[in-house]
Amino acid sequence: MINRLSQTIFMLIMVFLLGPFVIVLLAGLSAGETLTFPPQGLSLRWMRHVFTVEAFHTSFMLSLWLAVASTVLALLIGVPAAYALARYPLPFAESIRRIVTAPLVVPGLVIGLALMQYVVVRFDVPVALALLGSHTILTVPYVLRVVGASLAHVRADMEEAAYLLGASRLGAFMKVVLPNIRAGMLAAFILGFITSFNQVPVSLFMTGPGVSTLPIQMLGYMEYTFDPSIAALSALLALLSVLIMMVAERALGLSRFM
Amino acid sequence: MSDIILSLKALTIAYGGKPAVHALDLDVHKGEVLSLLGPSGCGKTTTMRAIAGLLQPASGQIHLAGKDVTQVPANRRGVGLVFQSYALFPHLPASENIAFGLRLQKRPQSEITERVKTILQAVGLSAFSNRLPAELSGGQQQRVALARALVMKPDLLLLDEPLSNLDARLRLEMRGELARLQKQLGTTMIYVTHDQAEALALSTRIAVMREGRIEQLGAPEDIWSKPSTLFVARFMGFETILGQQVDGRLVVLSAAVQESREAPAAGLSLLARRPDDVVVGSGPYEARVVAASYQGRATEGLLDTEFGPVKAEILTDRARLVTGETVAFDLPVAKAVKIPGARS
Repeated sequence: MINRLSQTIFMLIMVFLLGPFVIVLLAGLSAGETLTFPPQGLSLRWMRHVFTVEAFHTSFMLSLWLAVASTVLALLIGVPAAYALARYPLPFAESIRRIVTAPLVVPGLVIGLALMQYVVVRFDVPVALALLGSHTILTVPYVLRVVGASLAHVRADMEEAAYLLGASRLGAFMKVVLPNIRAGMLAAFILGFITSFNQVPVSLFMTGPGVSTLPIQMLGYMEYTFDPSIAALSALLALLSVLIMMVAERALGLSRFM
Repeated sequence: MSDIILSLKALTIAYGGKPAVHALDLDVHKGEVLSLLGPSGCGKTTTMRAIAGLLQPASGQIHLAGKDVTQVPANRRGVGLVFQSYALFPHLPASENIAFGLRLQKRPQSEITERVKTILQAVGLSAFSNRLPAELSGGQQQRVALARALVMKPDLLLLDEPLSNLDARLRLEMRGELARLQKQLGTTMIYVTHDQAEALALSTRIAVMREGRIEQLGAPEDIWSKPSTLFVARFMGFETILGQQVDGRLVVLSAAVQESREAPAAGLSLLARRPDDVVVGSGPYEARVVAASYQGRATEGLLDTEFGPVKAEILTDRARLVTGETVAFDLPVAKAVKIPGARS
């Protein structure tokens, strides 16, 4: 009885979690002219169509560039920050950690609106820079959390040992600390990449005329066109995310960090 | 003079605002093993870290092989350190852990290979050179840590409680190994420990430390049998501290008096004895056995005597200690150790 019940609940959860993806995937495989479910016949027509839309192409490239650049920037900021927080008894360490990880809990719309009103508009920040800055802010918390977790395994006396064997402070960091947090850095990179690539609420405020990330472009496209190409593109992106996560899990055991 | 490797001159170290080491003077001779022995918080590890260059002293000087190195950073002092946790580099195999310092010195590959091979042989790990630290047992990791420090041929090797993470049997084995390596290589060592048995077994000289000062410095035999202060006596296992009054009467000093740093009342000379100095089964005095615990070879007991509580330890085949019984006992004054005086 209880077994039956838990099985039913499990099935319901799976339907709830995976259902939307299945619907989007099937809708994207539709042969019809409009976005409908169930699909009107199956074809790869819209999947192919996606690649011919110029706006998707440019915004995909922008999103890709943005995701890579902001995550690299976040690593450059986050790794030293995580290191400093782990090693030194900084004043207000806990407050710093809370503020830097705040973007994880503060709604994206709030962040986006605030950034636009108080930074972008006031200082007349160019669109590309605004996007890069905001996405970096959004990915730093992941770096701090994940790299911080792997830094906990690198004891300070390992660095001291390297130092006593003749390494400089920087050399000890490069030769002893970095190799041992590489997995954490890779995991942070993947998480940051996905966060930036899928970002909608903050990007909504940051994008401007002619400059659009892929998710924003898709929103705009949907306002005017109602063909299944959006579903097709969504399905492709979801598959890409799944692929990245599988590779990450296989290579690093990503679930350890989350 | 020239055989002094390390010389500490009025070394004072403050730790978090409070002085942790007070004006320490100490000379370490070439080829000797000097132990810094004391309970946790006595300043032994702090002193060691200052010698290594990981801590900057508040004042005083550190001379290494005749040169003042007080301001020389740790990576150019040429002092080796074996950490309590071993601090091996987890991403490098044993051989690369050991080669780490040589590579930083940009030694030719042939020399690195040769020196790593030699030291691996010396610590008996030739078969494990390709293993990662996580694939080695605690004792093997300890050997790698030792080899990593020794391969640099340091003027001075510091060891921070190196055996404390090993189980009892392995600890004994590594103790012998350490003594053998030290003889073989002639390395000067400073050995930091809170374990008196380790210090006695390995040291040329022992410095017993307490609250940032050296309480007594001497050969293991002297520290063991002629403690110069109450603190050293208690640390070296003298359990019963007796005061002898002018008229010859004995009195066991209460724990409070023993712990206090004040000199005992005038006319009292202090006599210390270990539990196994107490004679049970014969003697002029009688006492009730308050507690007895069988230890195999010996039995430990607490006697309620006319002088106060006395700890006794007797070999099991000599006599029996049974809780509640009354036994005859003696405290042979001749066997007790006179302590010159409590430190003020």
